[in-house]
Amino acid sequence: MPEENFNIIIIGVGGQGLITLTKILAEAALSEGLDVKTSELHGLSQRGGSVETMIRFGPRVYSPLVKQGGADLVIALEMHEALRACYYASPDSKTIFLANDSIKPIPSEKPLTKNSIIKDLGRFSLKTILVPATEICQKEMNKEVLAGIYLIGFAAFKNLIPLKSSSVLRAIKKTIPEKHLELNVKAFNLAQN
Amino acid sequence: MEEILLQKPGKKIILLGNDAIVRGALESGVQFVTTYPGTPASEVGNTFFRIAKQAGVYFEFSVNEKVALEAAAGASFSGLKTMVAMKNFGLNVASDFLLPLCYSGIKGEMVILVADDPSCWSSAQSEENTRGFAHLAHIPILEPSDPQECKDFTKLAFGLSKKFKLPIIIRETTRVALQAAPVRLEEIVKGTVRGKFVKNPHQFSTMPPRVLEMKNELLEKIAKIKQFSEKSPINQIDRGPSSIQLGIVTSGVSYLYVKEALKELNINLPILKLGFFHPLPEQKIKRFIGGLKKVLIVEELEPYLEKEVERLAKTANPKLQIFGKNVVPVTGELKPEHVISAVSKLSGKKSKFNFFLNLKKFENLKPEKRFPQLCSGCPYWLTFSTIKRAAPKGTIFGGEIGCYMLAAYPPHEMQDYLFCMGSSSSIAHGIMKAVPPSGGQKVIAFVGDSSFFHAGIPALINTIYNKSNPLIIVMDNRTTAMTGQQPHPGAPVEGEEIKIENVARSLGVRHVKTLDPVNVKELEATVKEFLSKKEVSMIVVRRPCLRI
Repeated sequence: MPEENFNIIIIGVGGQGLITLTKILAEAALSEGLDVKTSELHGLSQRGGSVETMIRFGPRVYSPLVKQGGADLVIALEMHEALRACYYASPDSKTIFLANDSIKPIPSEKPLTKNSIIKDLGRFSLKTILVPATEICQKEMNKEVLAGIYLIGFAAFKNLIPLKSSSVLRAIKKTIPEKHLELNVKAFNLAQN
Repeated sequence: MEEILLQKPGKKIILLGNDAIVRGALESGVQFVTTYPGTPASEVGNTFFRIAKQAGVYFEFSVNEKVALEAAAGASFSGLKTMVAMKNFGLNVASDFLLPLCYSGIKGEMVILVADDPSCWSSAQSEENTRGFAHLAHIPILEPSDPQECKDFTKLAFGLSKKFKLPIIIRETTRVALQAAPVRLEEIVKGTVRGKFVKNPHQFSTMPPRVLEMKNELLEKIAKIKQFSEKSPINQIDRGPSSIQLGIVTSGVSYLYVKEALKELNINLPILKLGFFHPLPEQKIKRFIGGLKKVLIVEELEPYLEKEVERLAKTANPKLQIFGKNVVPVTGELKPEHVISAVSKLSGKKSKFNFFLNLKKFENLKPEKRFPQLCSGCPYWLTFSTIKRAAPKGTIFGGEIGCYMLAAYPPHEMQDYLFCMGSSSSIAHGIMKAVPPSGGQKVIAFVGDSSFFHAGIPALINTIYNKSNPLIIVMDNRTTAMTGQQPHPGAPVEGEEIKIENVARSLGVRHVKTLDPVNVKELEATVKEFLSKKEVSMIVVRRPCLRI
């Protein structure tokens, strides 16, 4: 049993499947005998705006919310949104950003460049890992929405999450409906390479 | 089979707070459930909708929360165990019936789930705090912190309701309703879905002067429940070292932030965690604050608990220093860091992490805001852009809550006023009466299909009866879209639908047209034509939501 709780923020845009990812990680943590809590939002906030969910697991979890600067891992499905998650990140907490190399533009007078976002993420983290998950899922499976599953696969196989990849895979099988399962498992396993 | 229906006592499964409420109701043998969807309470209805048949429970989406509560009361008067679920604004709608229902009391048990939404994550209108109803209606309110408590408190509420013949409110907030955690299952109890109404006007007819006796009976019940509350383990004390003269009073999700804060600051303080918001265990609170020098009240939104503690301290500990809204915010939900900061201020203990500096650094980033918007391909895109083009400059656009409220954001910006369901047409009526008839000011009132049935019909009748001429546009996407695509009378799961245009015609509205928004030219021409009418007019713009 780990001594400290592990805190994950998943952030993206409504419709990217964050709630399913949250559920999968929670089930995986429970199957390893850990205490776990998640927090999510429904309704208005899911309609194409910014969306964030939280997963905390470990010996004993009280708050469903990760505290400011307290994230161990931020999984960002979009780069502007990664920037928003800096609220929960800090070098002191050794936050790692695992970000999808994908930008959904926001109308703005001064649009941000990828490089400036990466630079900012660097100031709030131990390291930033950029993965072209959308591109890979689009190319391999013709389905962008699998990018999130690919990213949690990446996190599990590269030991960015203190959960066994086999537990996460089992949780996927438990959570995803039968008809979508094959593609999801494929996306998850793709990240092993 | 759905996991929530598992008959495996002792097994732990992950449930959202809302689903834990459902499970608690099933374990209590609930027989009759009604709701009108509203985030963050919607999952209670959605889950019952999916499982009701299998679970042997009667379930309905009622047309609004008042009707939902009244329907459940009818079932309760006939002896059934009932649950009603709604968001905070729903209780406003239901309140006309709630108050006399507390007077009469119930027969079969009744638990009312109400979800507040601090920070208004999914709520327009207001940051409403349901606690205010405790004193208005004299209704007991329990406040769980996490999914396990959601289930346990629901079962306790059914027990209290049976014992005292009163409806009981379970009040959640967003971070409880949509918090998921492992919950330990117990046995599901199955009941029957048929009861018997036994006439008893002495109880069920709230006529004066009997109604005043009823009030006294209600106050007596609340006094008895207060004694119960004094002894109840859900008002729990976490003891700290006796040398410490600072204590914390809290409830709901705030308790969890208090526990995090004490861990963060590496300090042990006595905590009184209240499961009952009403009636409060006053003696227990007095004993708790009696030996303290300072007390911190950690609660979200308005300082209801703080005021109660202030009142009780006058006799229990007049020198007590009371802290609350001077150290935690009154607007917006609490976060763990708010509580860490408040406890740090009062205890002198410092966190290793510099929240202030980290926040400053974050604020300098100024990330661009991403507004919610209509789904890509949503038929409303076409409807709003066509109407905006057709309407003369200066046209006033009235809105309500539902997906069509998203027209308030760019690029449409077509919500000049926006309030509760049913209000767009009635406000439009008032505006048309207020402005000069020849001044050229026109109002287009948007109403959703589900909202039309919820509260739009009396407003429409008023425009006819009191003679005004707004253009009412029903944004009919054949579902209650914003809350997760629930059916409604215009789009039922099975059976005959009630056509909104037929309702309008039967009321005598002469200018009614039903259009598919892809007929851009016809919609544009109709908007222009109807805006010049001397009587109220209605366009039903119908095309299904992409998500159904």
